[in-house]
Amino acid sequence: MTAQLIIFFVLAGLAVIGALSLIFQRHPIHSALSLIVVMVALAGLYLLLGAEFVAAVQIIVYAGAIMVLFVLVIMLLNAGVEERTNFSKLAATAGIPLAVALTAFLAATIAKSGPVTTGVRPGSVASTQGLATMLFREFVYPFELTSFLILVAILGALVLAQREKRS
Amino acid sequence: MLLLHALWVIPALPLLGAAVNGLFGRKWPNNIVSAVGVGSTGLSFLASLEIMREFRRLPAEQIPWMRQYFTWITAGNFRAGFDLQVDQLTIVMLMVVTGVGWLIHIYSTGYMAHEGGYYRFFSYLNLFMFFMLILVMAANYVLLFVGWEGVGLSSYLLIGFYFLRKSAADAGKKAFIVNRIGDFGFMLGMFLLFRTFGSLDFGPVFAKAKDLPPDAMGQFGVLTIASLLLFMGATGKSAQLPLYVWLPDAMEGPTPVSALIHAATMVTAGVYVVARSHVLFTHAPTAMLVVAVVGCATAFFAATIGLMQTDIKRVLAYSTVSQLGYMFLACGVGAFSAGIFHLMTHAFFKALLFLAAGSVIHAMNGEQDMRRMGGLAGKIKWTYITMLVATLAIAGAPGFAGFFSKDAILFSAYQSETGGHILYAFGLFTALLTSFYMFRLIFLTFHGERRYDGRRVHAHESPSNMLVPLVILAALSIVGGWFAAPSFLPGGTDYFARFLGPVFGGAEGTGGEAAAHSLEITLAGVAVATALGGFFVALWLYIQKPDKPESLAKSLRGAYTTLLNKYYVDELYAAVVVNPLVWLSRKVLWQGVDVAGIDGAVNGIAESATAFGDRLRRTQSGNTRSYAVWVVIGALAIIVILFWPLIRPGAGGLR
Amino acid sequence: MVPTHYYLILSAILFGLGVVAFVFKRNVITIFMSIELMLNAVNLAFVAFSQAFGKLDGQVFVLFVIVVAAAEAAVGLGIIILIARNRQSLNVERVNLLKL
Repeated sequence: MTAQLIIFFVLAGLAVIGALSLIFQRHPIHSALSLIVVMVALAGLYLLLGAEFVAAVQIIVYAGAIMVLFVLVIMLLNAGVEERTNFSKLAATAGIPLAVALTAFLAATIAKSGPVTTGVRPGSVASTQGLATMLFREFVYPFELTSFLILVAILGALVLAQREKRS
Repeated sequence: MLLLHALWVIPALPLLGAAVNGLFGRKWPNNIVSAVGVGSTGLSFLASLEIMREFRRLPAEQIPWMRQYFTWITAGNFRAGFDLQVDQLTIVMLMVVTGVGWLIHIYSTGYMAHEGGYYRFFSYLNLFMFFMLILVMAANYVLLFVGWEGVGLSSYLLIGFYFLRKSAADAGKKAFIVNRIGDFGFMLGMFLLFRTFGSLDFGPVFAKAKDLPPDAMGQFGVLTIASLLLFMGATGKSAQLPLYVWLPDAMEGPTPVSALIHAATMVTAGVYVVARSHVLFTHAPTAMLVVAVVGCATAFFAATIGLMQTDIKRVLAYSTVSQLGYMFLACGVGAFSAGIFHLMTHAFFKALLFLAAGSVIHAMNGEQDMRRMGGLAGKIKWTYITMLVATLAIAGAPGFAGFFSKDAILFSAYQSETGGHILYAFGLFTALLTSFYMFRLIFLTFHGERRYDGRRVHAHESPSNMLVPLVILAALSIVGGWFAAPSFLPGGTDYFARFLGPVFGGAEGTGGEAAAHSLEITLAGVAVATALGGFFVALWLYIQKPDKPESLAKSLRGAYTTLLNKYYVDELYAAVVVNPLVWLSRKVLWQGVDVAGIDGAVNGIAESATAFGDRLRRTQSGNTRSYAVWVVIGALAIIVILFWPLIRPGAGGLR
Repeated sequence: MVPTHYYLILSAILFGLGVVAFVFKRNVITIFMSIELMLNAVNLAFVAFSQAFGKLDGQVFVLFVIVVAAAEAAVGLGIIILIARNRQSLNVERVNLLKL
């Protein structure tokens, strides 16, 4: 049991507990906070994998901006405890079996595969410089497109949130 | 030598008449329609005379004279052409068909003068002439069958001429359908002949058949079966047992139709076919016996029914069936030329009987029931005289046409090796019955008390365009038999048989030796005696003691009702054949197969599509969470499809 | 060295839990958050592979996923606000005007 394995299991456990908490909490704000826990745990796992930049972005953008937005909206809308309606028979019957099947299938695929042969020392892969180079060389086109995407998102959000015109 | 090269003219003329009258005759006055109709048939008759004249000058090797006009069907080895031929038998048939046909056309101009659909009548009549001429002039079985079917069609059209009357329409259908049953046999016979001989042309078929060994009695070889099948067709067309039932009902048609089609020409087509195919029949003794027995039985059977009928045309209809039986009897015992001779004489006197009956009906303003006639002799003299001549002919009075022909048949029957004496006995008894019922008809119609209301019916003589054909036919009924007269004088020969000799070759069973000669005279005497017997019984029952028939009917009640109801044959057929077929058609094929099966299948498909759509509709429930589940299902499906090859048992997963 | 499998199995588990939440929760915002959970699970798988193969493509992809998730979250939450205004409820089962 190396130290890395221990850290992995701790972080993994944390992530899973956070996910379960998201499912079982009744108030959306609690679910949001659980999700933040998951994200932080995942950031830790990224660090363990040697992807420092991604871990940082995860914390800053994902946990720091997106989840904050979620929390903002929950509070804005004054979301209360969830109602217990159950109109969908399909979801009630097929929900769990489907999820189990999905997970099992993926797990089976993974379990059947052989080990990754090109093992590389951790820490020697990622560098911010490397990422930046790739981003502006091979992936420059998608990179520019994402800026468009963000622009469109901003405009969309603006339009959606407008008040009714008074005329 | 001109017309022999253009044989097609003979049938083409009536066809032209039919087309012209049919297409344009609607708006024309009666004179023009008559001119076209009568004229085309008359020209055809003149053409036939010319053909006969040219034929007499042909050398013997060129007979039968055949002309091939165009090829109608070629399929593999099979060829059927529009080929017409002329030999002695054809000449006889041509004369009868065009001659008697022409006289009847002339008669019709008077009889149908006040009927609606005048142009239609002549169009159909000419159409019939066309098909009948095709039938007798055909040089192969296929073209003959075209004519065969065509006369059946014309018969249907003409029987149902008064189509607004249900009984007439039903009679037309009955005729056509019963004929069809016979035609089925005829077609099977044709198939068998083709399979055996590879061709359906008369020349090749008869040449090959002649060389085959004849089948033994009781052996059902190819020739026997083919002959029997052809005879089955003849049974339908010529109204023999068991397919005779349509002929009495066919009296629904106008009287000239009964005269032409159901007495003189169409019903003789069966006899013609048997005579034409004599090579096949003489090689099949079983078939010959069947023909003779059926003919004899029909002759007797129909005569017994004719005894009791009260409708003047029905008596004549059953008489026709009976006389046709005689013709088949002749063919069955090998006396083909005697059969054809009787065909010819019968055409004369039966057509005359029908036309005269038409004249009586015309005089009586449409009355056909003999019980409401009587005492007409003085009022419609010419009709009476001609009808009497015809009656004498059919009864077999010496010197008249029927005497010679019927005599020849009975003589040949007597001499036949297979049960000849029995056949002769029945034939003789039938002659007695024939004489009886014919004279009964005469006495009831023309003699005795007037049994109708003289104030409402003024019996008047028919116009001359109806009377002249009657007189001509009466003359033929007397003279027409004299072709065979010399055979009665020692050392003389039967001209008619001699004329037809080359056609029938050695098939004839009758000889002309001296011993047979005295036998012939004896038998003739017996026949005359029986005819006289019939006459006297009729005289006694209907003139001297008019009340006797009623008391006899009462005392012999069972026999009387059976005969009156025609042995219940129609009812039997209805129960055994017609009703089961109708039931099958209605319950099984219509309601079962069509409505439940086919409609059910088609509607069922539509309904299942609707049902399926209905179920499918429920996926669009409007419930978002259900949609979410569907998304997951879709994702799972894609993942399975992509990853299944990797996690199949035995696969290695990724990499 | 933690074997790559472990990360991948963890990713699969998180994804499955995300699916469960997606199907069973009734609050619109919670459903949206479950989608974010699924995206995160996928990001983990990408980074794990990136480390396993020694290439950076995986991490670049993760960056893009995060950007897109951000844009999507913005617009999606805007729509959720409108829904809340219109239907006066955040229960997804009340958004059912297309019901039969």
